[in-house]
This record gives sequence, structure tokens and C-alpha cells, in this order.
Amino acid sequence: MATGQALHGAGGKVANFGIIAAFAAFAAFPFAWMLITTFKRTGDLLDPNHNPFLYSQPPTLENLRVLFNDTLFVRWAGNTMFIGVLVVLITLLIAVPAGYSLARLTGAIGEQLGVAMFLTYLVPPTILFIPLSRVVSILHLQDSPWALVLVYPSFTIPFCTWLMMGFFKVIPKDVEEAAMIDGLSRFGAFVRVILPMSIAGLLTVVIFTFTLVLQEFVYALTFISSAKNFTVSVGVPSFLVRGDVYFWGSLMAACFIASVPIAFLYNLFVDRFIAGFTVGAVKG
Amino acid sequence: MRLADDERALSRVLLAPAVLYIALLVGGPFVLAIIYSLTSISLGGHSFNFVGLQNFQAALRDPSFRRALGNTVLFAFVSQILVLVLASVLAIALQREFRGKWLVRLLILLPWVAPISLGTIGWLWIFDSIYSVINWTLRYLHIFGATTWPIWLGQPKLAMVSIVTVQVWRTLPLATVILLGGLSGIPQDIHDAAEVDGARFFRHMFQITIPLVLPISLVATLFGFVFAFTDMIVVYVLTRGGPFDTTQVLASLAFFKSVDGGDLGGGAAVALFLLPVLAAAAVGMLHMARRAEVT
Repeated sequence: MATGQALHGAGGKVANFGIIAAFAAFAAFPFAWMLITTFKRTGDLLDPNHNPFLYSQPPTLENLRVLFNDTLFVRWAGNTMFIGVLVVLITLLIAVPAGYSLARLTGAIGEQLGVAMFLTYLVPPTILFIPLSRVVSILHLQDSPWALVLVYPSFTIPFCTWLMMGFFKVIPKDVEEAAMIDGLSRFGAFVRVILPMSIAGLLTVVIFTFTLVLQEFVYALTFISSAKNFTVSVGVPSFLVRGDVYFWGSLMAACFIASVPIAFLYNLFVDRFIAGFTVGAVKG
Repeated sequence: MRLADDERALSRVLLAPAVLYIALLVGGPFVLAIIYSLTSISLGGHSFNFVGLQNFQAALRDPSFRRALGNTVLFAFVSQILVLVLASVLAIALQREFRGKWLVRLLILLPWVAPISLGTIGWLWIFDSIYSVINWTLRYLHIFGATTWPIWLGQPKLAMVSIVTVQVWRTLPLATVILLGGLSGIPQDIHDAAEVDGARFFRHMFQITIPLVLPISLVATLFGFVFAFTDMIVVYVLTRGGPFDTTQVLASLAFFKSVDGGDLGGGAAVALFLLPVLAAAAVGMLHMARRAEVT
């Protein structure tokens, strides 16, 4: 069955294929380039006469060895993981109950509160990082991963609350009512009946919170100063790109390793993410 | 009545932590940013003198601020117009079912999911002044000779082209997926009816498809615009605002002024120039949310 507005006929099919191939190439090229560069010898990379698409010298694992042994990459990955896990826990503990409350208990005011919360997502780090850097130093958290653990939930909670609100709204109210007739309290029904039904929603929150943590840049750049405390997204651009000496092979390896695996995971959940993103605009 | 059953009390208890967190870490700093912008506060210094609108006036007189303001508007508008056009083309092309669609979708989403700072480093290497793969290809095709070639990040106009390209690259996936959601939400009957009435491709597109996906494409564009307008990662990693401030945007200027220059008040004032645009975007979103409720 042809969808209404697709181009018809064999010509249309070829044009369609061409368009998709061109876009996929544009999107993926930098990552393909990272992968090719990862295995190149420095002498091969830094000769402008070598065809950059081919290996003029045999591929090498040296760049990966340097990345894992001679840089702080593993340490940064560990920091990111540590911060990510804690931020995910804080976000789940705070955003899930809030989403339930907005979906079921607060009525019309809740609706407005939900929208207000979503709008805070529009306040960018660019406006907040200056005052937050003072707050962080007053709390003596400068140059500590705990500063990021404290600040990151400020953007993961609004989004995840909104996301969970959407999830809870589509569960029929009868489900809790039946559980409450069976003797559970409202809170008991939420914890024992609704939460187990929302595993998909909770997993979505976990994945998105983690991706947001992995991507964050401005706060980490502002609050953290010593190399050993950085996250991957700031450590790689600040400390592997230094002066005029670029270790392109190791640098590209770091970028590829920190980018592509999470993308596979994310891809599984992206439809829910988009539904959450646009729920206010399309369904009201 | 126990708390677990008292619905009003329970609703507040469940919601309070989220509201408190946001009030303390978004609302509070937001107010502080406004206060800072009216003072002479500096990094490490303890002076906290009220200076009125001086920071804003100083910014408006500063040529590098005016340049950053112009660059920000140019960067955000051009990149988001390109994103809207390209995402529409791509979303329509992706509607057809074909084998390997999941792989294409994964590839197209990559730039959005990967940490932006790291994806941008990939581009830093692609745009390298000596080893750029683009330049190698241009030389190979004899578009440029062996001695002259474009320095992508070192020539003002090309540097702007470069940061716009990377911004388009990173925003395109989100806009495409949102539009695709909108397109698949159009009931098949409407397409069938148009088919029966004999509407051709372009008429179908302009009279049916575009009007129906307009609200959702506005959402996608607004978000993309807010990201482009307020973000500094692409600029910071690729050019640091250079050459000669020609790619400096408000966000990066606020960062360099406050973190590198220590002028917190001045930096806060620069960042607050983003506010009118953000407020307009928020009003736009609310308006659309309300309209969606009515229809």
C-alpha cells in the first residue's frame, strides 16, 4: 500500500532512494571518518598526499593503546558513569512520583503546573551557569563530580516528569480503582500496580537521563577544573585537543567509542521520546 | 485518614520534591542571573555593587557584543530554515517502507544521540586546515590547485558556513523524527480521498500534507531554534568564536566574558539578552498547546 504523498512510479522510487542515501551519508559520515582515523598510523594521517579514504600504511591499534593507557579517558568514562547512575536514581525518585501526581491527582492546576515545568526546559544553561557556579562554590563543590550530580537533575527532572505524566495518563483509571477496592491505598496502588505496568516508561527515563548526562557540556566545563574530574564530553575536547599537537587517531577513537554504543540503545526508545516531546503540542 | 489515602495531601507530597528541586536549581539561579546582571560582581571578587543597567548599556556599546548578536540571529535563522526544509524532504522520503529502514533510521539519528561536543570534534578533523578530507577531495577533483585551498575554520565566511553546517547536522535528526511522527498521524482516509479526487503529488503536498503537519513542524522548529539560539558547544569546539569574533555567538561570549574574563555581571547581562527570544518561544509553545486542546 503506497502512502498518499510518496512520489509514484519507478522514477519516484529512485529519487526517494537517492534522497535517503544522501542524508544517511551526511549524518553518518563524521562517525565513519572517526572509525577510519582510529586505525590509521600517524605518518599515514599526516601526509596530505595520501588518499585519506584508504590505508596507505597497514592499520594499527596503537591509537587505541594510547587512548586507554596514556590518557585519562578511562577515568573520564568512569566519572561519567558515576554521575550518570546517581543522576538517574535522583531523577527516578523525584520525577516518577511527580509525573503520577500530575497525571492523576492534581486536576486542572496540575495541568498548568505540568506545562510550567516543561517550559523550564527552555531556560538554557547559558543563563544559569554563571549563578550556579557561585552556588557550587558556596557549597564547596568546585571541581567535584558532586556538583554535577546536584545540578544535572535540574534539567532531567522537568523532562522526565513530563514524560512519565504522559505514560500514566494512558493507563485506564479503572486499574487503580480496582486495586483500591481490593484494599490497597492510593499510594499502594501506585507502587504495586501502576509502577510494574510502567516498566517501559521507567526504562525510557533511565536511557534519556543517561544520554542527557553524557551530552552535557557547559556545566561540566564551568564547574570542573582538574583533568581527573572531567566527564567524557568535556575531557576529550579540553585535554586531548591541546595546543597545536593533535593526536587525531586517539581523539577520533575516543569520540567514536563514547558516541556510537549509546546510539544503539537510544534507537530502541526514540519513539517514546518523541511522543513525550510532542505530547503537549499534538494531544493537549 | 492516612496519608496514603488522602489524595490532596498525597498529590502534594509526590509533587513537592520536583517543584522544590526546580525552584531551587532553576528558579533561584534564574533570579540570581537577573540580580548579577545589575551588579558589578566579578569572579573571586567580593564587590557586589548595584550598577543598574550599566552592564546592558556597556554590552550594547561593545562592538564584539553587537557582532555576536548579529551572528547569533544569522546562525539560528539560517540553520533552522535549512533544517525545516531538509527535514521535510527527508521525512517524506522516509515514509515509504523499505528493507533496512531501521539501519537508515539509526544512522540518521546518530548526530542527535552522540554527545554534541564529540560529534563536533569529528567535524574539527574534517575541516582541518591541512588534512581536511573535503579539501583533499576538492583537489582530487581539480576544483582547487595544489597550492590554494579553503581554510574552513580560518576564513570568516567559511567559518560561519562550517558552524551552520554542523548545527544543521546535529538538529536534523530531531526535526525529522518529529515530522515523521506528524506525517504518520495523518489518517489514511484523507490521503485516499485526495487520491480519488485526482490530486497530484504537489497539490496533495501543499493542500493536504503541509497544512496538517504544520503545528507539529512548528514545535520542531521552535525547539531547534531555541537550541541554536542559546547553545555554544559547536562554536566553542570548532572556532572559539574566531576568526576575529566572526563566529562569536551570545552564549559563547557570555562564557568567555564570565569564566575566562571573570566579569560575572557583564556575562550575565549578555546571557540575558537571550531572554526575549526565549519568552517568545515559550508563548508560542503555550499557544500551540492550547490550540491543540481545542481542536
